[in-house]
Formats: sequence, structure tokens, C-alpha cells
Amino acid sequence: MENESHKEISGRTKTQSLWNKDLIGFSLRQSVRKLSPKQLMGNPVMLVVEVGAVLTTGEMFRYLATSGQGSNFIFTLQISIWLWLTVLFANFAEAMAEGRGKAHADELKKMRTDSPANKIVDGKIVSVSSSELSVGDVVVVKAGEVIPADGEVIQGIASVDESAITGESAPVVRESGGDRSAVTGGTTVLSDEINVVVTAAKGESFLDKMIALIEAGVRKKTPNEVALSLLLSGLSMIFIVVVVSVAPFASYSHTHVSVTVLVALLVALIPTTIGGLLSAIGISGMNRLYEKNVIALSGRAVEAAGDVSVILLDKTGTLTMGARQAATLVPAEGIDVPALARAAQLASRSDETPEGRSIVSLCRDQYGVTGNFEEKEDLLFVEFSAQTKMSGVDYGPHQIRKGAVKQVAEWAGEDIEKQLSRAIDDMSRAGSTPLLVAEDKKILGAIELKDIVKTGIKERLSMLRAAGIKTVMITGDNPITAAAIAEEAGVDDYLAEATPVSKMEYVKSVRSEGYMVAMVGDGTNDAPALANADVAVAMNTGTVAARQAGNMIDLDSNPTKLIDIVEAGKQILITRGALTTFSIVNDVAKYFAIIPAMFVVAYPGIEALNVMHLTSPKSAILSAIIFNAIIIPILIPLALRGVKYKAKSASNILRKNLLIYGLGGLVVPFIGIKLIDMVVTTLHLVSLAK
Amino acid sequence: MTWQGVLQIFVLLIIILPIGKLLSVYMYKFLDGGKKTFADRFFVPVEKKVYRFLGVNPDSEMSWTRYLFILLAVNFVGFVILTVLIALQPVLTWLNPAHMGRVPFWTNINTSISFVTNTNWQNYSGETTFSYLSQIWLTVEQFLSPVSGICIFLVVVRGFARSNSKTIGNFWRDFIRTTIWLVIPVAFISALVLIALGSPDNFSPYVVAHTLQGGKQIIAQGPVASMTSIMQFGDNGGAIFNANAAHPYLAPNAPSLLFQLILGMSVPVACVFLFGKMIKDKLQVKPIMAVMGILFILGAFLMYHYETAGNPALAAHGIHLASTKNYEGKESRFGVGTSTLFNNTTTAVSWGSVAAANDSMTPLGGLIPLFNMMTGEVIFGSWGVGMVGMLAYAVLTLFLAGLMVGRTPEYLGKKIESFEVKMAVLSMIIPSLAILVLSALSVAITSGQTGIFNHGPHGLTEVLYAFSSGVGNNGSAFGGLNAASPWYSATVGIAMLLGRYPMYIPLMAMGASLAKKQRIPVTAGTFPTHGILFTILLMGTVLVVGVLIFFPALALGPLAEQFAANAGKLFG
Repeated sequence: MENESHKEISGRTKTQSLWNKDLIGFSLRQSVRKLSPKQLMGNPVMLVVEVGAVLTTGEMFRYLATSGQGSNFIFTLQISIWLWLTVLFANFAEAMAEGRGKAHADELKKMRTDSPANKIVDGKIVSVSSSELSVGDVVVVKAGEVIPADGEVIQGIASVDESAITGESAPVVRESGGDRSAVTGGTTVLSDEINVVVTAAKGESFLDKMIALIEAGVRKKTPNEVALSLLLSGLSMIFIVVVVSVAPFASYSHTHVSVTVLVALLVALIPTTIGGLLSAIGISGMNRLYEKNVIALSGRAVEAAGDVSVILLDKTGTLTMGARQAATLVPAEGIDVPALARAAQLASRSDETPEGRSIVSLCRDQYGVTGNFEEKEDLLFVEFSAQTKMSGVDYGPHQIRKGAVKQVAEWAGEDIEKQLSRAIDDMSRAGSTPLLVAEDKKILGAIELKDIVKTGIKERLSMLRAAGIKTVMITGDNPITAAAIAEEAGVDDYLAEATPVSKMEYVKSVRSEGYMVAMVGDGTNDAPALANADVAVAMNTGTVAARQAGNMIDLDSNPTKLIDIVEAGKQILITRGALTTFSIVNDVAKYFAIIPAMFVVAYPGIEALNVMHLTSPKSAILSAIIFNAIIIPILIPLALRGVKYKAKSASNILRKNLLIYGLGGLVVPFIGIKLIDMVVTTLHLVSLAK
Repeated sequence: MTWQGVLQIFVLLIIILPIGKLLSVYMYKFLDGGKKTFADRFFVPVEKKVYRFLGVNPDSEMSWTRYLFILLAVNFVGFVILTVLIALQPVLTWLNPAHMGRVPFWTNINTSISFVTNTNWQNYSGETTFSYLSQIWLTVEQFLSPVSGICIFLVVVRGFARSNSKTIGNFWRDFIRTTIWLVIPVAFISALVLIALGSPDNFSPYVVAHTLQGGKQIIAQGPVASMTSIMQFGDNGGAIFNANAAHPYLAPNAPSLLFQLILGMSVPVACVFLFGKMIKDKLQVKPIMAVMGILFILGAFLMYHYETAGNPALAAHGIHLASTKNYEGKESRFGVGTSTLFNNTTTAVSWGSVAAANDSMTPLGGLIPLFNMMTGEVIFGSWGVGMVGMLAYAVLTLFLAGLMVGRTPEYLGKKIESFEVKMAVLSMIIPSLAILVLSALSVAITSGQTGIFNHGPHGLTEVLYAFSSGVGNNGSAFGGLNAASPWYSATVGIAMLLGRYPMYIPLMAMGASLAKKQRIPVTAGTFPTHGILFTILLMGTVLVVGVLIFFPALALGPLAEQFAANAGKLFG
């Protein structure tokens, strides 16, 4: 089982082949086990088929015991076989979906073993088993040890290998304070040492929840599934009465319809196709999200994702590259560019932030400053601090500083000359961040740090717009900067100078207008807004508060994933709707096969309704039942993979799906039943007497 | 078929649409529009007196359960009073010149249910059963029962129109206003029109006429114009005389019959427009009107076609007439075209008046009115409830097709969730099952079988028609059935009850649930429900649901009969 999930360490998706030997073996065994009526209680449509199969099997034995019923025996035998197969096919579909989920769960379970934990009791370290830990306990985890439980780092910083849950081989940094403090039980500390306070007791940890969710066993039906099941049960009930009423109508018409034929009519009419595939669609939808490394904490959230009409996206990291990149250098009046470039390069040489590195490469690539200065031995790097809002370098008697315009100007004690000041204003307006560079109390010029919008974002957002989804950018920037980036990225709206409260208020106000809202968050300050959103995706790297407020967790911590989640939600609903429509309109063709076959003896003229020209009553009914059965396995791949979804307007999607599944559902069975009838006739499987 | 015959189908719709629209403007004013009408200065004082007399407050909003409770109570009280008054007929000698005696128990119960549920199924002949006084009691229900339908409509449509609301309106206000502003004045004026067009209106004793051949004929009299006016306007269909609109007193001429057609269609058509006004989105009226209109035209055209083509069994037996037209059971005053148009209309609209004998139609000609009723009376339907039934179909259509756009299905900005689906399915299951189960029982047991006058498939059609008419609260009869027998009196009575309360109560619950919900704004991701695509889908749902449920029964009834007739087979 474990082998069939091929983790691509470098990639972000865990792909599974649909037809895997182990999986099929498991599904075959399960489909027989699921024949138990207790198991089928949850699926009324299939329960009806099973009861029908029992009835026809009984009839078959009755015919076997009666002489002169050879032709009826052979017919009923085959009908019974195909009815049992119908149930088995449906069970198989469900087992396939469950099997794929189970494989993921098994992997995770291997991590859930007891591990020793170093608990801190009254300042002393006591070694206990991880299963003895309770919420609030503090443990020390050193390099090479497994983190014993879900928790929050309260002291220290460490790099942690989370590949077991994320499939990502690169270690991640976990540190106390800030937004990267949550750790997951079962992951391994690679370096350093951290103190962790336990936040989830045994059995309630993140890992436990994930396993429970992925194992379809505890899976509750989602609201939409409940509604659809109701409709399917209602239809089944109607058709039971339709079929039961046929018996007295027929006997009034001086004709006899056998139990086998009545059961065949019933099974043909009730929506077996969707009834057989419904749970597989739901389970595989959750699996598809898992394959994208998203754990949905409830099926309801996945469905809600399809309904979302407003998406809140963080600017940094989602819409833009995240780190700002140096784009141009603007010297002050009287300063030449190489001098500015030299100072900027010097100040940034030891600056390991992405911004600092981008300044070094800008100076090298565009201004030819390579950094071979004589002073390099004496360089003393001055780190950025939140108070000074600048960083820089001291060498010998000289001091270079770069940083926020206001602070650096104050440090230099000099007014920014007019031309440079105007250039700096232009940068702000365009959504860039200006950095001022000064050396020895003299302003040299400015560096423009640009927030670079990711390639392809604009196209993706415009597709969402076509699908009726509004995108809103959330940023801490001022409104001018925000407007500029919003325009460049192509979002519909923005929330500038966002605070935890303003984010939450925004979510609330949009929801009060009736829109469903999706958002991504990682920090504790996102938690209030996440808790109010309909679809709240917490980054796995986020804080415990964020993770608890979310209803989905993105193991890759990639905020763009939100768009994938919305599409996955829509895909589940579309697949359900398409197969339901297909299943119901199929009935028309089945009626044209079975009704003339049932009544042709009483009213020979009714043969006119046999538009498919099926050979004999028995061959017609058998062909309809065979079609009804084999359509289920034929559609299993579709149910597991989902109907393709492209962000388009509702009318476009509807027109396309109606054509394929509505009209297709009307036409396909006419062709299918005719072809099967030709085979049945050729092989002489049943009596061909008219 | 003549072009005039086909044209008149369209002419009827062209006349009725603007009338319905005007009427909806008026209805909206005195119902939910909060606007004054020209008649307020006459009606408001009357209205106030009625409220004071009943001791009710018309301004307090009600929960749907309270609304329903009062509605049921009013209906039940109406039923009890009617039953008692009919039972007292031998005692109350006033206005009983023909000395009508005791009404059989089962006929009394059946008739009382029939008139309270707006069905007007009549298992008796009015002129030989009821005194003028009893006819008046029946007429009172003809005024009140359609108003109950409007109340059901208002609850359901308010569900779509309101949001975040726990209440659904005030029953007394809806009930009394509709009666005073709409039913009484229109019935009064149209009675005058009918008199002008030649119908009598009196309480005179029956007239004895001596025919040219020397025979003696008793000609029944009565308040024909006033009873016919409300029977047609309220889509009741229960006439003073057994021959219904085929009787020369009821419809003396074609203009009178046309006037009655317009009268009966006016409120059902107005309800579709009223729906658009109440939800403040007139675009949504289009697909619903289109579906109703197309199904109406299709039915009228096919019925006309089959009746013109005539009975294939004649040709099969070598009988060739100058005209193939099937004249049996039709009034020569109207001819095949107008007769079929009238009977199609009165079965599409849950109305039940007839101008020709359905029992005498060709098998497929008779299938049309039967299928009209089997759709759940949604092709315009009766006062309010026809539109409500169509909304239930719309909810089901959107639930199925709506999933295919990848969102939780919604209609008119309201999410369709499991409760709505449950209620819509329930309202669809109950009537279908009632028709099938009661028909199956009737052909299976002796007391049912002995009541069927025709053998073979035609007999099955007669049974199916009776229960479809009862469940659909239509009231028209196919004929050929001993409807007055205890078995059919009781079972059709049950059918009428099932088709009224268990069918519409779930939809009122659905309305109340929708009213509580928040409205979802329209985006490009919203399923558009005003275009051609939705029109096709909705029509497809109505037809497919009807066909899927009734195909086996229809195959053994009208279809088998037609195939047999083609082959010249006759049934003794």
C-alpha cells in the first residue's frame, strides 16, 4: 500500500496512478465486504439494488426447481448476476476512493508512534513517553530528536524536518515568537534545541486529525451530499411505487409481469450511476486536495470553497515575489552614480536579507561594482533594527547607512534636495519602497526597491473574475502604494494599512452582503479574520492560533494555493451534478427498452415503442441491465479524477456540461443498449423469441 | 385542422397576457405593494369592519406555522359548515322548489372536501341533487377556496422576496384583502357580463317544456350566471348543472365561452407576473411564462390534432367518413377546435370546467388533459398554487443543474440546501404516489373494478384520470366511472386532500426556510435563471419528471389503446 504513493521530493504534488495493483486488490476485497446490508444502509439506492438482487436470485432458484422454465432460469440467472455486479461495482468505486485515502493515512500513522519526551518538571528534565504528555507540559527537543507532540516553540530556534507531513525535503525554521512558532508532533529537529509547550493532547493532535480525516471512516456527509442523497432517495421511493403499481395495472390488462422483470425495471430506473459513485466523488475530492498538500479539516469547507465569491490574498508572497527587489539607483544632485553604487554595495555586502542581496546584484549587474575594495578587511556591519530602521557598515572612520527615507535623512542631518525628493515620491506612488543611502552625514541618493508581481498572476486573477470571483489584496502598505500594486496585479479591490481588526471587519462586512469569503493567513494577527472567513486556509508554518482558526491547512504554505482550493471545491460539485443529470436522463432510453418488452404480449402494437429494435423482450431487458451495471466502472475514473474545471462564467460551464452529460446522458444509453443487445443476440445469451 | 382553429390558441394567449399583467399590477398594489388602489375608498371601510368582527389584527406579522394553522382552521371550519348544511338539506326547505331530498353521506363528504380544496370534483348532478340553498353554500366555498390558494402562493413567494425574516405575512390581511379587492368585485361584474351574453339567473322552479315530438322535458333553472361567474373566475369548475360549460345556459354561445376562458385564466396568469413584482425582478417571469406558454400551446395543438385525425379504429374496420374529425361528445356550438382548446385550458389551469366529454376523446386526445394534470397542475395551474408548483420544479431543476456550475445551487439569490430539497421532493412524491397507489388499488380490488364502465385500456385511463383530477385539485371528470360509489367517493376524497395540503404545506415550509436566509448577490458565477437555457431546463424537468413517473401507467392506458385502435382491435 505504501508504495503506491510516489512522493516526488522535489515537486509539491504526490501523484498516484489510478490503476495500481495493490489498490485494486484492496478495493476488490472491500467491495465484497461492503455487500453487508449494514454497510449499504448509508446508500439507499444501492440497498434497493441489493434487495432486488436477492429477490431475483430467489426467483432463479424457483425456476431451477420448476421443470420447463429453462429459458426463464437462464434469463433470471443473468439478471441476478448483473444486479450483484451493479452493487459490487458501486462498492468497488467507493473502495478505490477510500483505498487512496487510506494509503495517505498509513504513511502518517507510521509517524504516530510513541517517542521519548524530555519533559521539564520544576526546572528538571524528566524522561517520559510522548503518550503521557498533556496540554500545557513543556518539553525540550534537541537536534536529532522527534518532537513528541503538537506544540508551540516558547524558547529557542531550530531547523525542523517536516518532510513526513509535507513531502518537502528542505528543512524549515521554527522559532519562538513571531509567526513560525508552531511545531507538529512526529517531525524531527535537525539542529539546535527548542523548548516546546504542548498544545494538543494525545489523540487530538494535528496528525491524529489528519489521519482521521483522510481515512474515510469518520467522514461525515457534507451538506450538499446530504441534500443530493435526499433527492436520490426520494427518486428511488417514487420509482419503487411506480414499479409496484405496474403489477396491478398489468394484471388489470390481463398480462403477467414476472418479479425478475419488475426488479429489472426498478433497478434500471433508480439513479444507480450516481448512487454508486456519490461517495467516491466526495472522498476523491478530499484526496485531490491532499495531493495538492492541502488538508481540509472538514468536507463542508471544501464545498464552501466552491461557493466562494470573494478571495482575500496577501500581497506579499502571494501576489508579489515576497521579497522586494532593488530596481534602480537614483543619485542626489552632485553625486555620480558609481559613487552611490559603491556605497550601496558596501552597505549591503553583509546584508543577508533578500533585499540586501538584490542590491548587491543590482550594483554588480547594472553598475559594474564588484566589491573589490581595499577597505574590505575593516568592514563592520551594522544590523537593521526596528528602532533605527536602517542598516549599514562602518569602515575605518567612515559610516554608510541605508534605510527608511525619514530616518536616514535624520541621521544625516540634511534635507533631501528637491529633485531626489520628487524621485522618492514617484517611487512611493508607483508602489515601490525607496531606501535612502548616506555616507558620513551626506545623502548620496536613493535605491528603489520594487515589489515584483509574480508572472502569470494577472491572467489567473482575470480567469477568476470571469468565474465571478472577486479578488481583494490585503497589505500593510499605505493606500497609494497599495493602489499601484493592486492595479499591476489586476486585483479587484484592496485593503491597505491592514490591521488584525480591519481584516476581520472587512471579512465580516463582505460576508454580511451575502458573499462567501476565502482567505489565507499565517500569523496570529490573521486569526480573527480567519475565524470569520468561510474558507480559512492556515499556512502550516503559521502560528498555533492561525492553525486553530483555519478550516484547511496548506502544508506547503503557498498562499496561491487558495485558487486551487476554490477550483477543487467547484470540481466536486460539478462532478456530482454532471453524474446525477447523466444518471437521471439515462432512464428515458431504459424505458424505451423495457416498457415495450414488458407489455408487448398484452398489446402487440406497443412494439412501436421499441425504437432501438432490440431483438426480444428478454434480450432488451438484459441489455438495459447490463448497460446500467457497466456504466458504473466506466465512470469510476471520471468520479475519482473529477470533471475538468476551467474558471469561466456559470453559463459557459453549464452549457458545456449540459451538452456532455445532459444530452450525452440521453443519447449514450440508446447506443449502448443497442450495442449490448447485438452482442447478447449474437451470443444467444437469452431466448430470442419475440 | 383549420388555421383558424390553431390561431385561436395563440389569440387566447395574446389576449390573456396583457390582462394578467394588468391584474397583477392591481393585485400587487393591495397585497404587498403597499400602494393605494382606486377602489380603496369603498373597500377599506368594509375591510376594517371585517377585521373588527373577526377580532383580528391585520398588521401583526406571523410565523409560517401560525399562518398555516389559521389557514387550515379556516378551511376546516368551511368543511364542517358545508357538510352540516348539506346534511340539513331535507330540513331547510327554503329555496328548494324542486324538492331535493337527502344527499348521500359519501357524496356529502366528497363534495365538501371537493369544494374546500378548490377541486370541485362533482360525483353528482347538480340539477338533481342540490337545492338552490345548498348550491349557495357551495358557491361560498367557491369564493373562499381560491383565496386559500393565493395565501399559499404569498407565503412561498415571500420566501424568495424576503431575507433574514422569521415571519411570512399576516393570514387575515392576505385572505380578507384578496376576497374584498379581487374575488367579490370581479365575480359580481362578470356575472353581469354573463347575463348580458345570455345566461339566466333566477331562483325559479324548473320549467317543463313540451317538445315538438310530443315529449316532456324538464329544464332546470337557477342562479346560473352568478354561479358560473365565480366557478370560472375562481378556477373552481364545479357547475350548477352536470353538463358544465357544454350546457347551453352556462355558455350559450362562443363569445360567452371565450369570456369564461379569459376569466378562468386571468388570475393564474396574473400570479406569474405578481411573482416577478414581489421578488422585484421581472426578468425571472420570462422563463416561467415561456415554459407554461409552450406547454399550453403544445397541449392545445396536440389535442386539436388528435381529435381532428379522429379514431384510427374506424379506418381499420373499413369505415370511411366524409370527415375524420371526432365529433363524439362535442358541442356543435363550439366544434372540435374550441372544445379541445377549452378542455386543454381547464386541465392545464387547475380548473376542471369542461365543454366536451373527455371520455369520448381519441386515446391520445384524452392523454393530453390527463398529462396536463399529471405534471402537478403547473401549466398556469390554479390560483397561486400553479405558480407554487412551478417554483418547486424550478428549485429541483436548479438543484440538479446548478451543481454543474460548481456552486451550492441557488435560486433567486437563495441557497437551495437539504431542507429545501427535502420539501420540494416531498411535494413531488406525495401527489405522484397518491395517483399511482389509488389507481393501482382501484383496478386491483372488486369495489374499484365494478365502478369502471369500460373494459381494456380505456378503463385504466378513466381510473387514472379520476385520481389525477382529484390530486391535481382539478375536478374535471373523464367520465366512465361510478364516481358516486362509496369506494370512489372516499378515495377521490383522499386524493383531493393529499393533493392540497400534503403537497403544498412542504412548499410553505420551504418558503419560510428561504425567507430566513440571506440573499446571495449575483456574480458571473451565478447560474443565470432568466435565459433560454433555464427555460429549456425547466421545461425538460417538468416533462421528464412527468414521463418518468407515469410512463408505465400511460403505456397501459392511452398509449396501448391508441396502438390497439391503430390495429383495429376493440375492447368489449
